[in-house]
Parts: sequence; structure tokens; C-alpha cells
Amino acid sequence: MPVIKDAVCSLCGSLCDDITVTVENNKITKIENACILGHSKFVGMLEHDRIETPMIRKNGELIPVSYEEAIEAAAKILVNSKRTLSYGWCSTSCEAVSGAIQLAEETGSVIDSTANVCHGPTALAAQEKGSPSATLGEIKNRADVIIFWGCNPVHAHPRHMVRYSSFSKGLFTEKGRKGRKMIVIDVRRTDTAKLSDKYVEIEQGSDLLLVTALRSIVNGHEDVIPETVAGVPKAEVIELAETLMNAKFVCIFFGMGVTQSRSKYKNGDAMSSLISDLNQHTKAVMIGMRGHYNVTGFGQVATWETGFPMAIDFARGYPYYNPGETGANDILVREEPDAAIIAAADPGAHFPQKAVRHLAKIPVIQIDPYPNPTTEIADVVIPAAVVGIEAEGTAYRMDAISLRMKKLIDSKFKTDEEIVKDLTAKVRELKRGA
Amino acid sequence: MSEILIKNASVCDPAQRINCETMDICIKDGKIVESVSANAKVINAEGRLTMAGGFDGHTHSAGKINVGRFINPNDSRKNLVPGLSGQVARTEKTRAQVGYNTPNTYAIGYRYAKLGYTTICEAAIPLLAARHTHEEFKEIPILDKMGLSLFGSNWQVMEYIRDKEPEKLAAYVAWGLRASRGYGIKIVNPGGGEAWGWGKNVSGLYDPVPNFDVTPAEILMSLAEVNERLKLPHSVHVHCNNLGKPGNYATTIETMKLFEKVKPSRDRQALHVTHVQFNAYAGTSWRDFETGAPMVADYINGANHLTFDLGQIIFGPAVTMTADGPVEYANARMMHEKWSNQDIELEDASGVVPLFYSPKSFVNAVQWAIGLELALLVKDPWKVMFTTDSPNGGSFVNYPEAFTYLMSAKRREEVISGFSKMALDRMVLPGIDRELDFYELAIMTRSIQSKMYSRPEKGNLKPGSDADIAIYDILPGKIDPSTEYEKMKKAFSGAAYTLKDGEIVVKDGEIEATPKGKIYWVNAKVPSAIDSAMQKDIDVKFRKYYTVSKANYMVEDVYLQKPVEITTEGVF
Repeated sequence: MPVIKDAVCSLCGSLCDDITVTVENNKITKIENACILGHSKFVGMLEHDRIETPMIRKNGELIPVSYEEAIEAAAKILVNSKRTLSYGWCSTSCEAVSGAIQLAEETGSVIDSTANVCHGPTALAAQEKGSPSATLGEIKNRADVIIFWGCNPVHAHPRHMVRYSSFSKGLFTEKGRKGRKMIVIDVRRTDTAKLSDKYVEIEQGSDLLLVTALRSIVNGHEDVIPETVAGVPKAEVIELAETLMNAKFVCIFFGMGVTQSRSKYKNGDAMSSLISDLNQHTKAVMIGMRGHYNVTGFGQVATWETGFPMAIDFARGYPYYNPGETGANDILVREEPDAAIIAAADPGAHFPQKAVRHLAKIPVIQIDPYPNPTTEIADVVIPAAVVGIEAEGTAYRMDAISLRMKKLIDSKFKTDEEIVKDLTAKVRELKRGA
Repeated sequence: MSEILIKNASVCDPAQRINCETMDICIKDGKIVESVSANAKVINAEGRLTMAGGFDGHTHSAGKINVGRFINPNDSRKNLVPGLSGQVARTEKTRAQVGYNTPNTYAIGYRYAKLGYTTICEAAIPLLAARHTHEEFKEIPILDKMGLSLFGSNWQVMEYIRDKEPEKLAAYVAWGLRASRGYGIKIVNPGGGEAWGWGKNVSGLYDPVPNFDVTPAEILMSLAEVNERLKLPHSVHVHCNNLGKPGNYATTIETMKLFEKVKPSRDRQALHVTHVQFNAYAGTSWRDFETGAPMVADYINGANHLTFDLGQIIFGPAVTMTADGPVEYANARMMHEKWSNQDIELEDASGVVPLFYSPKSFVNAVQWAIGLELALLVKDPWKVMFTTDSPNGGSFVNYPEAFTYLMSAKRREEVISGFSKMALDRMVLPGIDRELDFYELAIMTRSIQSKMYSRPEKGNLKPGSDADIAIYDILPGKIDPSTEYEKMKKAFSGAAYTLKDGEIVVKDGEIEATPKGKIYWVNAKVPSAIDSAMQKDIDVKFRKYYTVSKANYMVEDVYLQKPVEITTEGVF
């Protein structure tokens, strides 16, 4: 029986690439090294319901059709649309993203990724102050102080701490966890906080205050700090700053507690400045804890193909970028799109009500292996193979290192890449006909 | 079989010592040939200047440039060189384009082609991130591409040097080139990338790298020895220590001298020193900063073992991007600019910082002069490759502007007239009246690259060479480059024709076709016993230190578009 080694797990942004998978009769029968989340994704292939066939909604019901019919119906929606929203594309391969961008360009659509409701503000912060970062191996081999800020890897990135951060061992970090100081900054005592050496509980939405206070201390202006900052006593803030300055190598991992709380991108902006200031004293970097396994890849591909990482509007024929105006939720809340194509994402479950209400009113094309709340409002549903299991392709880890995901088993479903290609060809054909 | 006959071309092809002579060029199946049949499609060049396709031997066009794009969305709307920058809607033939210093991949291909360039060499590929570079290569249309792989702060490299294992070192470099599908050895601030892992730097050739007990000089010499042992087509490609620091010209000359004892294994230089403008500074601080170009040029004039490129700066916005991590941090702090950094585990560092070169800043004015001084004071153009280290010194779309500086003293005077007296006191450019001719320009922009990179089928118009050809709307002999520089700039900004492998890709400055280019990479053969011994060592590296498994490290074939594998046999 074939045993496939070094498979890449396509679940979270950690993109663990040491998974061993046993395949018998085109079924995955054994998975080694994966965490519980990754494991469920690999076995989920068998246990979860799939979208079994392409479907088109007729008289309110989704009716099974062939791939060809679904592609044609989807292409008609796109050709008849004056303003299409293309959204998602983060739990799929870079090759599919590239195809989606070309389709968006040819149809004059707005294309956006799940970063719109996740690490989008991280991109905005980088555009303000830069992105002082490193690959995860730098943390593994060098970091003696690690902060998890507004993120909870125990549950969201279960192997992160073992492979890359707190517990990992490297050339200059032979003692692993024992030689490291692990700090958690959050609004509640998470399971990650329980593993830390130091937990700093801050008032909700006060991240910017704490970052700014830390910067003041690092830059020698301790005197301006009030008695408490973000609910943390001054002495504790000073101690924290000193821990950072006295470290050999600091990494701040940050999550949506930083990006999606009050002050949004200003938090990342200030954190980037803090990292820069800390480098006057020691070595420091920051890394965003990206969720979807290839949301980083969407940003990378979109950036080299269009110049921008997200929220790209092709209405003018060239890419136009103005998050706040051209983000998926921005245009939905303004009720602008007259059609949407949604792949490998679930806005039906994750977008604000007003945005979902508009989505429900317009023709929606869904491309996904699994049904989800978005399926309920979709008019054309196109099932896809699961990338990293049934299809190969490229994905980017949270530190922007790209890896080749393997195809482990055969599938009767088309890949996202093929679907986008077919759809683009059909759109061209219909346009020529018109 | 497709045939083209270019008639009445004023051919400038230094490789054949042809200096603007009127002749015909025959093309068959993408190659230049002696003759074609009567059925050949005819292009009447009408006496216009005809050269081999340009070859940019040092440009940042794939990989790190994406960080530049990412942090500078404002660059997308910059349209400082109309026709070659800014936002351009898609057409039936072309994808949408944006940007100036950091254009999207499609724009890079189209715009180089419009300048008559057909080959580029990406200046820095981190081994671990090589897949990314090749993904971008795939989306750069028209151009042939190659890239140089980073080895200058690599743990395995430094350990083999420390442990005196030259054969294993050679095997490792050969493996690294295969893994990254690279073309040659790039060394950036040797040892400095590792020091930057701790927020430090190395201060010169003999300052030991922390924890590794080797010096930058040892890294340079050992990699040069490997380069020649493996008979690589290019020499080591060196970004010297102390880049961007006043007084660094001494380090640069010292580095060049080190290589006098290196015997090249092929008919090419033993050393290429890159963007020397940034490494030819005299003075002891930014207060007494002045040109060091005369000293560097003097040394180069007496040396025969090296080539260099300029790193000319262009006034206006630029985006610096380099594996020299500490330099970028220093840039960001000094100019209060946004700072991006990406250290690569076990291998190197890198950073990206945008900046602005102003003629009103005396430092920037002197930098501008230094690049030109180097080009004009070095007597033999076969030692000089023209670059702006795009986009570090400025975007490649400004090459035509820079050509006018090289070809017209009057044009230089115009620019210099805007400089402060302090700037003028710190440069020697105003006293230089040399003006390059088309022949010398052709050497610096295509001929030298052919020799430097051992690509005999590139950068010349000999029968058998690739039919990569540029025809510019310039009538040699009927134009005076020293006064008619506006005309020249216009002609170089939009080729009358650019042919790529015998296909017309640009006509009258517009894109006609967008074929896919080739990827060149080097497979250096190493005896299997040595290779196996080396593999055991790197297996340990992967098991203990890397966060990516060895099986997932190598760039897979699927990422290479039209690959051309160059094999060499190492000497062991």
C-alpha cells in the first residue's frame, strides 16, 4: 500500500509539511504527524458530506446538473453581470488564484480574499510601516522571547508551538521551551495563555495603548507612562518592555485579536514601529498568524499579478485598490454587486448580515468541495476537489514560504484550477458570440 | 519554418566588431542564420540602429520585489515615464499593468521588451524561497530569465569553510543551484546576513561571522574556488561588505584585490562586483562624504580579472531591496521610512525600503555622479555592465534616460547645473567629457552580458545566436547623441521592433505578441561519493534546523517554463 511522506497539510497557515499518509484503494486509511484539525481534514474526505454534483437552482431548489451545464450557467451570470464580486480563494491553490485573477480581469470584477475579514488590516499596517519579519525557522533557531498577541495557537494552529515556536529546538535554542520566555497578551486567559511564562491581560480594544506604551519605554520615555495602561500596571508594562529589550531575539506572533479589534490596522502599524525600535536594542521580528492555509498565497499571487494583495477592482480595466471602498464587504454593504462568484470560502456564515442579505438577492456562483451556509443562497453550485488531498498545487505558509501540495488520492471532482479555466473559456466564448 | 529577413539594418554588434554597418540579418526558426529563402518575411530597417536584444544582468524582478509591491501600493499609480509606467488597462494582447518601480509581472515583461531587452537575470534567489521566484518568472512574459542563488551567509557553506571541506562545499553549492534552479553564486555582504540574525553586521573582510568562526574574506575565496571547480558559466557575483557607507571604496578595492589570485575556469571574469556605485564612497561620515569612484576606477583600469555593474541612480522615487538586511534597517531608520525585513532560516537575510533620490540632496547628487564616473573613468567598456540595480537605484524604465547621461556631456551638464556647490566639490564628474558611442553602449547593455554569463547565443547577432533583436528608430551617423538626446531617449524607450526568438514582440513601441520565455538553470555535476557525504550533512540540517522538509525544498519541474538546463562537469 502506498505511503506518502512529507505531504503538506492544507488546513491552517502553519502548512506542516511532514505528514505521512497511507492510501489503500484510493482511500486515506492512516494519517501520521497531523494535529487534530489537520487529521479531521484528511479523514473528513470520507466522513463529511460533499457537494456530490454540480447544481443549478430552479424554482428555489438546487437541481443536479452536469459540470458543462453548471459552467455554462455560471458563465452566463458573469457575462450578464455589470459588477461581479469574486470572493474567497484562500483555501485553494495559487494556480487557482491566478486563474481567478485572470477571470476577474477579463470580466471587470472586484476580487477579494478572506483577508477582508481577517488579516486585511495587517496588510494595511505593512503599507504604512513595513513588515519586519522572518521565516519561522529563524524563530525556531534563535528566538528566546516569544509573544503571542491576540492569537490562540493551541486551538487555531495546534502544531505551531512544537514545530516553529515555543517548544521547538534549534541551533541556538537547544533547550527548547526551557530556554525561552513565552508571553501571551490577550483579553482572556486562553489555553495558550495557560502555557505561558507570563500572561498579560489587557482591556478589550486597548492593544494600541499597550503597544504605544511599550514603544515609549523602549525609546527611553518611561516618564510619560500613566499608572496603568490598557488595564496593566505601569510596573508590569516596564517589566515587559525590559524583557523585550534584554532578549537576544524577539518574535511577536499576532492574530485577529490585534487586527480585528478596535484601532484595527493602527495596531499593526504601531507594532511594526515597536519592532523597528526594538531593533535598536536587540533583534526583533513580527509574524501574522494567518488562518486559511493559503490566504498568504492569495496575497502573494495577487500582488505579483495586479500589484495589490486584496480588494482589487478591475472595473477600469486595470487594477484599482482602495480597501474601505473596494473590499468585498464594502461593495456588498453598498449593494453594488449584481452577481458574485465565491470559491473556497463561506461569506454566508462569516459576513455581516447586511452583506449576506445583499448576496442573497443576487445570482451567486459557489465553487467548493463542501456545502456550507453560502450554498443556501447560491444559484450555481460547482463541486471541487480538495486541494492538498485530491489535487496538487502551491500554497504559502504564514511566513511567505511556498510549498508544493501533493495529490494523495484520485477524485471524480474537477479541481478549482480546472473549473476556473473552463469558466474563463466559456465566458470568452459567450462574449465572442455576443 | 518561419523566416525573416531584416534588410538595411545599421548593425551594431561589438561581439563581431561590427560598428553600425548597413547589412541584412537573416532569421530562421528563431535563430540568426547566414541566409534565408525568397519566402522570408521582410522587415525593412531603413538604416536604423540594430542591436542584439538587451540583457539586464542584475535586476530585482521576481521574488523580493513582491514585498516592494506589497508595502508600496502607491507605486502602482506612479506614471513618471509615460508609456513605460503607471496603470494600463488590459487589451486583447496584454494583461493589465500597474506600477513604476515595482510593476506587476506582466508589465515587467512588456516594458523590458519595449526597451529592446529580451533577457533578464534576477539578482537574488534565496534557496528556501526559490519556488516563489520561479512562480513569478512564469508570469513574466516574453523575456528569457535566469537567477543567482544566495550563498554568502549560509550555515552549511560557512561550516564547510570552517571545517576545510572544499569538495563537500562544492557539492553543496551544486545541490543548492539544483534545488533553487539557479544560474550562479550570489554573495551579498558575506557573513553579514548571519550577523543580522542577531541584529548585528560584519564590518569588513576580516571581521569574523558570529558563532561560525569564518571571515567574509574566507567566504568569498572559498565560494570563488567552488565556482571555478564547478566550472559555472558565471563568476561569483558579489555585493561587497559595507555597502552604502562612506569610506567603503577601500573595502571594495580590497575585495577586488582578493580575487587577483583566482583563476577562472572559463573564458570569463573571475569576479563580478555588482552595483559598485553603492560601494564607491569616500569620506568618513555623511558630512565629509565624497566620491570614491576615481580610486575604484583606477584599480579596475589596472586589473583584468573582473567585471562590474553600475547601480546608477535615477532621481525620483526608488525601492531598495537587498539580501543585505542590516543596510535596509539602517536605511529605514535614517530616512524614517517603512521597513520590511525577511530573514531566511539558515541562509540569509533581506529587506525592502522605499526611498527618494533628490538632486537637491548633496549625497544623492554625488551618488548620481559616482555611477556615471565609474562608467566613464573605466576605460575598457568590456569591464562595465550598465544597470540601475533596478529598482534600487531606480526603475529599469529609466534606462533610456540614463543612456543619455552616458552619451552626452551636455545632458550631464544640464543635470549638474541644478546641484549645490557642496555636491560639486565632492564629485569629479564635471571634469569628465567622455561620451559613449553606440558601440560602447551596446557592449555595456548586451555584449558584456553574453561573455559574463557564458551565453554565446545571447547578446550578439552571429549566425547561430538566438534571434533576439532590437531595432531602434535612430539613424547612426545622422544623429548627434551629444546634442539630440531627447530624440535618442525616445527611440530607446520604444523600440521600432523587438524580436524574441525570431518573433516580432514589439512594433513601433507597442506590444505585438507575448510568447513565453525560457528559464536557464545550471546543473553542476559532482561525483556521487562526495554528493552522498554532503547529503548526510544536510539531512541533519533538515532534521534539526529547517522548518521545511528536504523533500519539499527542491523546486519541482512544474515551476519551470521552457527550462534550459546548462550542465557542467566539476573538477574533483
